[in-house]
This record gives sequence, C-alpha cells and structure tokens, in this order.
Amino acid sequence: MIIPLVISELHADLIQSKYSIVDLLNAYFERIESYDKKLNCFITLTKDKAYEEAERCDKILKDSGPDAFKDYPLLGVTVSYKDLFLTQGVRTTAGSRVLENYIPSYSATVVEALENAGSIMIGKTNCDAWAHGASGENSDYGPTKNPWNTDYVPGGSSSGSAAAIAANFSLVATGTDTGGSIRQPASFCGMVGFKPTYGAVSRYGIVAMASSLDSIGHFTRCIDDCERVFSVTKQLDYHDATQANFPKSANLASKPLIGLPKEYFIGGIDAEVKENVLHACEVFTKAGCKIEEISLPHTKYAIDVYYIIQTAEVSSNLGRYDGIRFGNKRDAFGDEAKRRIMLGSYVLSAGYYDAYYLKAMKVRTKIIADFDNVFNKVDALIAPVSPTPAFKIGEKVDNPLSMYLADILTVAANLSGIPAISFPFNATKNGLPLGFQIMGPRFSEDRLFGLAKTFEVSSKYKPKVAAL
Amino acid sequence: MTILSGSDVKHIATLASLKLKKGEPEKFWTQLTKVIDYFEELKEVETNITEPTSQTTGLQNVTRDDNVQSCLSQQDALSSSDKTYNNYFVVPIVLEEKDF
Repeated sequence: MIIPLVISELHADLIQSKYSIVDLLNAYFERIESYDKKLNCFITLTKDKAYEEAERCDKILKDSGPDAFKDYPLLGVTVSYKDLFLTQGVRTTAGSRVLENYIPSYSATVVEALENAGSIMIGKTNCDAWAHGASGENSDYGPTKNPWNTDYVPGGSSSGSAAAIAANFSLVATGTDTGGSIRQPASFCGMVGFKPTYGAVSRYGIVAMASSLDSIGHFTRCIDDCERVFSVTKQLDYHDATQANFPKSANLASKPLIGLPKEYFIGGIDAEVKENVLHACEVFTKAGCKIEEISLPHTKYAIDVYYIIQTAEVSSNLGRYDGIRFGNKRDAFGDEAKRRIMLGSYVLSAGYYDAYYLKAMKVRTKIIADFDNVFNKVDALIAPVSPTPAFKIGEKVDNPLSMYLADILTVAANLSGIPAISFPFNATKNGLPLGFQIMGPRFSEDRLFGLAKTFEVSSKYKPKVAAL
Repeated sequence: MTILSGSDVKHIATLASLKLKKGEPEKFWTQLTKVIDYFEELKEVETNITEPTSQTTGLQNVTRDDNVQSCLSQQDALSSSDKTYNNYFVVPIVLEEKDF
C-alpha cells in the first residue's frame, strides 16, 4: 500500500476502504523497523498500544462510516510525540538519562486531546536533552540524522519529530518551540513547522524548558493538516493558567501586505538561504500580496536576551529534578543542561541580576515594541528561519556559542509570544531543504494559515518525503 | 571583559546542586566566559525608562471556580519513586544529629 502523506488523503482512502488502520500501522512499523536504525528518530516505540488503538478506530469507522470523522476529526492519524510530552504508562525521557526510567502517571493535555480526536501514538521521538539544542546532538540517546542526507543534522531540538515526518514514519509529530525548536528542524527537514502564539496551546504535562517562552506546536506536510491539528490542541485547559481563550482573528486582507525585515538578512547569512527567501517573496507577489521592506531595529539583541531569560528559566525549571520523587539524581545531567543551569543561576545571582536578567527583560520590551510597531503597518512578516541550511553532524558540537547563534532568527518570535509557520520551499544545490518563516501578531494564526495556503497554491506545493 | 571567575563556576555549581567532575570547572569556565562576553553588547541598548517584560499574555489574576477536581491518587503520585515508606517519599537527611 502507499502511505498517505496528508490527512485528507488518509480519510478519503479510509472512506473508500482502500486499507484498514491496522494495515496502515503495518506499513508504518515496517518502514520504521527498516530505516530508523540509520536515522534514530525514536527513543520509544508504542507498537502494542498503537495496534489496540488502530483496532478500536477500525471498529468506529465500521460502525459509523464517514460520520466517524465528525466525532473523531483525526481518526487514524498517526502521531509521534516529542519525548517531552508526558504519556501515561509510556516512558518519557526528555532526551535525558535523568528520566531514563520515568513512566508518567498522567498524559499531557495535548496528548489526551489528540487521542480523544482519534489519533494514534506511534512512539516517542528523540530530541536534544531537555530541548536544549539546535541540532539533536545533545540527546543522551544518540543524535538523529537528517533523512535527506545522513551526514547532516535534522535541526533541533525537536530533531526526531521533524526527521520522523520527513522519513514518512508518521503523519503528524508534535514539538515544542522555545527558541525555534520546531521551525528550525522543520526547515532543515523540509516539513511544515508551526509555533503557535504563546498561551494558545496548553503546556500542562509537557516537560518545561523556559516557561515564559515554551510554545506547543507540531510538524505536518501541509497547512491543512497543521490547521486540523491546531483546532484540536488549542482547546482551553484549566491546568495551564497562562493559556488564553483563543479569540477570533481577523480575516486575511484581500491584498495582504507582508513585511520583509532587513535585520534578518544579517552578515554571514548563506547566499542560497537569502536568495530563496527573496524568491518566496516573488511567489507571494504573484499571488497578489505586496512585499515591503521594514525594520525591527532590536533584532540583533534578541539572541542575547533569549540566552539570558531562557537559561534563567531553565535553571529554575530543572531545579525540580532531585531524584527523589522520580528520575535519577542530578549527576545524570549532560553537559548542555549543566551549562544552562549554571548560566541561568549566574544571571540571576545577587550582583549580576541587574546587569543581565533585568537588562534582558527590558530589552525584551523593546523587541516586542518593534513587532507591535510593524504590525500596525503590515499583516505579516516573511524571513529566513536559520542563517544556513542543515549543517554537518559534529560541526558545532564543541562550540556552544556557535550552536546558540544558530537560533538567531527564530528567538525573537518566542520573546514576543507571536505565532510563526516555517514553510518548506526548494532545496540547496546539494539537495538539502530550504524554506522561510512567516510571522504575525499574537493570535493571528488564521491569517498565517491563509497566507501559507495562498503560497501552497501559487508555488504549486506538493508534500514530499525523503527517499530512504 | 568578563567578570566570571574560575571560583564563580564552582560556587554556582554548588548553588545549583551540580557536582562537577575533574576538569569540568575549567572547561565550563572557558565556554561560559565566551557566552557571557557576548552578552556585553546588550549594554549598547538604552533602557533607562523601559519597563521590564516577564510574560507576553497580559493575563493577570487568573482564577477558576473553587471546586474540587479530580487529581492524582497518592498511589499514582508515589509510583515513580523507588524509595517510599508508609506512603511517603524517602528524602536524604538534611540536618544531621550531633552531640553537644
């Protein structure tokens, strides 16, 4: 059988009884067992549980027919969860040896919501430990490889999720984006990566990295799927007090104005990345959008602000891992977690708080003001996701500062809490995926979906997966 | 010019309950110094009259009705620890007995 690449195709196939959901799982697990040895996307596979769910879904479909999709909008949709999402009864490691034996006694709200919508968990995906990293190499369970070229990183920290979608190991994968951890691996793997507005999706039951920045999103192969998953994950959850009721957003303007921030084309940006974003602008122009160069003057400082605020919050959040209630002791932390705990403790410590943490919080205000100003004029922004395409495994591993700088074009959206979509478009001469991101004001997801769909039509976009 | 010293690294590690192995204080000092030096560029930004931002939602005083909700059972809450006693977690000794 041919594994469907998007949800509409899956549901059309199921209505026509081309195969059962159990058949579909056979195809996925066969593929995973053949190829995941070389990619290392998964830390844990949940085969038994998946087949139980598949049998249940097949029965629902048999009993209700096409009406089943009304009650179960994601019926039969396979989901791989970044191993930061708590899954009741299924080991959840956060990519760290600290949690190598941790079996959660409850599931994240998002996991419950996706399961109630009829989706099926395939397994838990590899990631940089505690979501600290931009390459997947900080995982205590070995690096994930890029399915398009296994000498290269898939990006991070949601490395296994992005690679699993590119390798056609599942239809949807979840991720967390604290400083670009969905958008950057999506771009490196040629998939659609979605970072919602901060507070749009519940963070309850997801291992916390930096609580004022963590956004819960997902990987898909088209915008329609992205939207379908978001309509399930954005449900209000009283467990997360920072979650806001999702307001109805304004419709897309008939001739949208898209800002091109000049500060995102920094010195050192790869020529192919830059040319490709400009090429994407032409596609938008042909589709009736207007592109205008704008300025976000404090962009340069976003990376400093991010690595102060994020590490401060990390040092606090990782304080809970004491090996008493669950997990191993603190000596099981890897180097990157140790670095961030120490950096965060330092910027918060007496004597340095004003110079680093307080200063960073003030510059954060300026970065937000930059976005507020431009969104008075433009409907959305278009920018590169990362200064380079996927880099080689091992290239930045000994130089934390250079790894941190890989986040330079994604962190501002997290500091401002705004939504963004990373969209695949073209490839480098060497065959590595390229793409761009669009960003909008808080809660403008519907507008971004509309714009990205315009792009899909105008660029004649076709979902694709890597040949393995 | 950074103000992080070698002894700061050891002090911070102690505060954060991290035991560093031989050679790690020096390695982390070198790596962290580079990052902290990078942060110096923030001094260029004028922030005398800028208010700090700690969150982006604008939400304040979030409440819900004070109804009893279902929660984890004691058994579930203890299930991930291998050191429990009489339905409590066993914790390391903090204060040790001394003869006076």
